[in-house]
Amino acid sequence: MAIEARNVTKRFGDFVALDDVSIEVESGSLTALLGPSGSGKSTLLRVIAGLERADAGDVFISGKEATALAPQKRGVGFVFQHYAPFKHMTVWENVAFGLSSRKRPKAEIAKRVDELLELVQLKGLGKRYPSQLSGGQRQRMALARALAPEPEVLLLDEPFGALDARVRVELREWLLRLHDEMHVTTIFVTHDQEEALELADSIVVMNKGRVEQIAPPRQLYDEPANEFVMSFVGPVNKLGDAWVRPHDIELRHEPNGSTREAQIERVVRLGFETRVDLVRDDGERLHVQLTRDEADQLELDAGDIVYLRTRHERTFTA
Amino acid sequence: MTARRLIRFGSLGYLALILVAPVGLIFWRAFEHGWHPFWVAISNPDAVHALKLTLEVTLVAVPLNTVFGVLCGLAIVRHRMPGMGLVNALVDLPMALSPVVVGLSLYLLYGRQGWFGPWLTDHGVRVLFAYPGILLATTFVSLPFVVREVVPVLREIGTEQEEAAATLGARAFTTFRRITLPAIRWAVAYGVVLTTARSLGEFGAVAIVSGGIAGRTQTLTQYVQASYDNYSQTSAYAAAVLLAGLAILTLLLMTKLRPREEVHGNRGA
Repeated sequence: MAIEARNVTKRFGDFVALDDVSIEVESGSLTALLGPSGSGKSTLLRVIAGLERADAGDVFISGKEATALAPQKRGVGFVFQHYAPFKHMTVWENVAFGLSSRKRPKAEIAKRVDELLELVQLKGLGKRYPSQLSGGQRQRMALARALAPEPEVLLLDEPFGALDARVRVELREWLLRLHDEMHVTTIFVTHDQEEALELADSIVVMNKGRVEQIAPPRQLYDEPANEFVMSFVGPVNKLGDAWVRPHDIELRHEPNGSTREAQIERVVRLGFETRVDLVRDDGERLHVQLTRDEADQLELDAGDIVYLRTRHERTFTA
Repeated sequence: MTARRLIRFGSLGYLALILVAPVGLIFWRAFEHGWHPFWVAISNPDAVHALKLTLEVTLVAVPLNTVFGVLCGLAIVRHRMPGMGLVNALVDLPMALSPVVVGLSLYLLYGRQGWFGPWLTDHGVRVLFAYPGILLATTFVSLPFVVREVVPVLREIGTEQEEAAATLGARAFTTFRRITLPAIRWAVAYGVVLTTARSLGEFGAVAIVSGGIAGRTQTLTQYVQASYDNYSQTSAYAAAVLLAGLAILTLLLMTKLRPREEVHGNRGA
């Protein structure tokens, strides 16, 4: 295991940020800490980095006990949500900081910084100040800075949170390629389930300071452990006590034995996919996802009455 | 338009009446009969000594309060310890307290009947009516400026850059030297300028503890008063011009620093 947190508890006054949390992160993996705000995911990341001291529990990094170790000695690279650039230093000096503060030879520093700037596609921007960079460039600078001292573990706090949508998608793909090349164990924090599903090998779903489930993306989506995971990861409908994904519902014009009836409120065509908004007698609303061909065949229109049949329906015992 | 004009003329008129006229008058009276009398007045040995003493005190008090001010600012902002609220309030005391009270309290501490006075006298250290007393009084009254400039800036820059430095392997002192200090440098510079101005101009507290012996424990401000009391008005005006000149010099330094601080602030945004 590259990283292990055992029974970690952290309180801020009366607020319990982490409540007996245990996770294991495999060496070389890309793990997401996923959860709504206030779920404790950033606190857990900061405890692993040594920026917060846990009230109880232990942290192991690369098999070594790190619970009481200062952040300087953990061999951890950390990228802050707003990148925390050193504003008075150039991009080059920012990236060099981890090496120059360890008093490495000048030639070695220069070589490594140039390599990293090339890797994060900031070659030629080394003399600029952080304020002269775009959000995406600043993010990559922060990443290069964190990677410079060759950390065993890379921790990213909401790495794409402060970027606009297009840049975010580009950077995601880029980070994935980077991770494939570098193979440094990486944990990133996100509240965006799509981001977690796309990037991570393993997802830790957190809620109210507790771990709800740890699983690979596909398993998390197909076999959620409880209602929270089901509703937080992926789109979902509630049919009475049962939960159904929008793409697991079939629509028919005739009952065919189905007792579930609903009226079409709206048909939204989104390219390949068509979304049908339904309302049931009891006022419950549903979204159904169909391919364009399916929708065309059914000739659905607003106001139509349709009958529902579900493929994977799920109920959880509380 | 009229409201705007009222504001402009009102503020300028106020400044002219309260600030420019009196200071200008001093300059005018000092140079009324040309450069020569001015030169004679300020090359008087007592005047030269007073200037030297004032500068000597300022050159020690300012570095002392700068180092203390930065450390104190860090303690107040970065270390949530019980008692820091009290420290924060205490730092303002010299601003609230009349300098005369400060002088008096030093007198009570270091005087012949004071708490430390007899012990120090036995060990041959003289505080009152000597350089140490003047230094203590000046340091006391000029203490808050660096702290007050540094604290809001430390709050504003937050801890993220320092945390980033820590995860990159920098020790606490390296982080301070390479991250924190550069981030607060203009605030420190601004505080130094204000501390200097205050130290140069201190009168009340020093008047009580220095004794004001001409050629020995007389600072420049006291020299001005003594000259004025002795009806040697040319000397008084000349020394006052010297003081005003030093003050204006520090102010110019400050205005030279300020735009750079703003440019830096924009760059950081």
